[in-house]
Amino acid sequence: MEDSALKRVASSPHIHAGRSVQGVMLEVIIALVPAGAFGVYYFGWRALLIIAVSVLSAVFWEWLYTRIAKKPCTVGDLSAVVTGVLLAYNLPASVPVWMPVIGTLLAIVLVKMIFGGLGSNFVNPALTARAILMTSWVGYMSGSAYQVAVRGVDAVSSATPLVAPESYELYQLFIGQCPGCIGEVGRVALLVGGVYLIVRKVISWRIPVLMLGTLFVCTWLAEGSVYAGAYAILSGGAFLAAFFMATDYATSPVTPVGKLIMGVGCGLIAFVIRRFSSMPEGVSYAVLIMNLTVPLLDRYTHPRVYGEVKKRA
Amino acid sequence: MEIYKILYSAPDAQELGEKALGKTVTFRRGVHPHEGNGEKRASGAKPIENAPAPALAAVPLLQHTGAPCKPLVKPGTRVLVGQKIGEPDGFVSAAVHASVSGKVKGIQPRIVAGGRRVTSVIIENDGMDEWDPSLAGVRDPDDPAQLLEAIRAAGVVGLGGAAFPTHVKLSPPKDKPIDTVILNGAECEPYLSADHRVMLEEADAVLDGLRIAARITGAREGLIGVEDNKPDAIEALRRAAGSDARVCPVRTKYPQGGEKQLIQVLTGRRVPSGGLPMDAGCVVINVSTAAAISRAVREGRPLIERVVTVDGAVGEPKNLRVRVGTEIGAVIAQCGGAKEEANKIVLGGPMMGQCAYDLHTPVTKGVSGVLLLCGHEAERPLGNCIRCGGCVEVCPIGLMPLTLYALARKGLYERARDAQHLLDCIECGACAYQCPARLPLVQYIRAAKSALKRA
Repeated sequence: MEDSALKRVASSPHIHAGRSVQGVMLEVIIALVPAGAFGVYYFGWRALLIIAVSVLSAVFWEWLYTRIAKKPCTVGDLSAVVTGVLLAYNLPASVPVWMPVIGTLLAIVLVKMIFGGLGSNFVNPALTARAILMTSWVGYMSGSAYQVAVRGVDAVSSATPLVAPESYELYQLFIGQCPGCIGEVGRVALLVGGVYLIVRKVISWRIPVLMLGTLFVCTWLAEGSVYAGAYAILSGGAFLAAFFMATDYATSPVTPVGKLIMGVGCGLIAFVIRRFSSMPEGVSYAVLIMNLTVPLLDRYTHPRVYGEVKKRA
Repeated sequence: MEIYKILYSAPDAQELGEKALGKTVTFRRGVHPHEGNGEKRASGAKPIENAPAPALAAVPLLQHTGAPCKPLVKPGTRVLVGQKIGEPDGFVSAAVHASVSGKVKGIQPRIVAGGRRVTSVIIENDGMDEWDPSLAGVRDPDDPAQLLEAIRAAGVVGLGGAAFPTHVKLSPPKDKPIDTVILNGAECEPYLSADHRVMLEEADAVLDGLRIAARITGAREGLIGVEDNKPDAIEALRRAAGSDARVCPVRTKYPQGGEKQLIQVLTGRRVPSGGLPMDAGCVVINVSTAAAISRAVREGRPLIERVVTVDGAVGEPKNLRVRVGTEIGAVIAQCGGAKEEANKIVLGGPMMGQCAYDLHTPVTKGVSGVLLLCGHEAERPLGNCIRCGGCVEVCPIGLMPLTLYALARKGLYERARDAQHLLDCIECGACAYQCPARLPLVQYIRAAKSALKRA
């Protein structure tokens, strides 16, 4: 027996559950595939082009940044791929090809990398990029942008469900027979992907369930009809945001109670924006606003510590 | 299977603090290192074998939590098996005895698990295996003082790993009455099966130890917690227990065998933060320690040997009864030697055990396992915390390991203690076990704790 071969010394634990950052990101990518596939089926090859450009440019920007900043290359953790996919899913299929390239530059470099890379950003990269694109190129991002030829919907009724609520039935929204962004209309697919992530314990049920639940209940109470509540969660980006944006690790609370509050907050703010503001859609801003509360939520929702003696005032 | 796993570990679905009556109970959060890690219990079915006494025994004078012993022998003296060679220095200390008969060759420092250099008595075995004739059981088994003295004299310490002197545990101050003795048979660390075999093969001694502990402390209730992956041990203990103690299956989950977790699971009580089990009216003793208590009281037999699980990348995993002071190299050789892929030796379990520096490290009272593992953590650069919250989800104490880690890396130890409950960490390692970024969470927490202790 070679004594020297047994000289490795480390501090316990000496075994590991096996999950890696790359593995987690891969799970998220897998969960996102069905919604993307639906988007491509529904909006055509242009959707695939936008997704591909978005992913490739996201990876390129991250590689370039680490190169220039002389940091170890972090492209292998696949988080840039996730950001690229999510940004593309938040764009209409009709946007010019250069838009995702600018979007991922904002998302990857401005929001993520200069704050310290994965896990250190305080707002959701893809959503922030979308918000900036939205205010910079309103014409490409709203209104007529959604009037593209889509399967199963005639050109007349191609106003988005949030602008023209009378044009769509609930089931049409659910199966995705309505205009919208590339990745937000495949709601069955998003649900499948979201449930997959919960089952695989990549995300917790708390944020998506509470977010959709709050949006549903608030709209129901405000409009006085269950139908309106259901319509609210089935339209726009509610599903995409609830399962894939609000649950982003870096920008959501780590504590169970914090996650519950995050979910309720996102649902509530989305409701307020949709109902009282001039914007038709508000889930992305709701998530971004709640992102800013995360440090506070984590601080004040520390789990109950075993054997902690409650101090009486 | 996947669905089963979710139900299995969903924190809200778990029963808390219910008195176990044949029903499996558990605590909140935790991890499942037994699952998906292949053959974790290769040694599980192996009966205990007696390892031959070593030709040269190096008996460290500090094998326990507390003060080291003062040597009672000089080089050249002949000692007998079971003869006291180290006198405890102070109350929190435990006597050390010769594990072989023969001549003392020297008193020299030896590196023990964890890298500490400890003065050790080196005895050259004369092969006679001659026992100290003065050793005898207690005269009056109903006198708690005599029972306690026998345990103290035998140098019994906790065999689960921490090696806390048992007589200290069994003599709480008057204002902390003990009403429950808990035997810890959870053995929640993967690989280890030494306690499992002791429960199966020495169930009567285990129960005897429980009765003795109850007699000393005046406890009325005896509870034994055993993980439900050892149904044969549960059955053996139930047969031996009769109506004297309740054997409670607890869920196979890490760290089920943590003192605080076991108390909570079996009694519904919680040890107050910063307190000890006696603050919850409990004393928790490992099952193998209970068997050692029985031998100390009935036969006056000092703690000079223990059962050790040898597992991992070895030729033939085994459970060996090893004399204290045997070099781990000899123990490994008896199990067919280390396989080529092995690159580190862990003494204890893979979740909390410490690395041995070389094959000359002696087996001490606290060494429950000798594991040969293949570690690669040294090549890993430190990545970013991705804030997945997994460590918060598994921490059995309810801490936020990611925050403690961040504070510890910045050297903000006081803040970690005052605002983040640093000192409540039981160092089980569940956080680092599950961290996808593979951050050394518990390692930094441990470093922070010891930095505060030094300050």
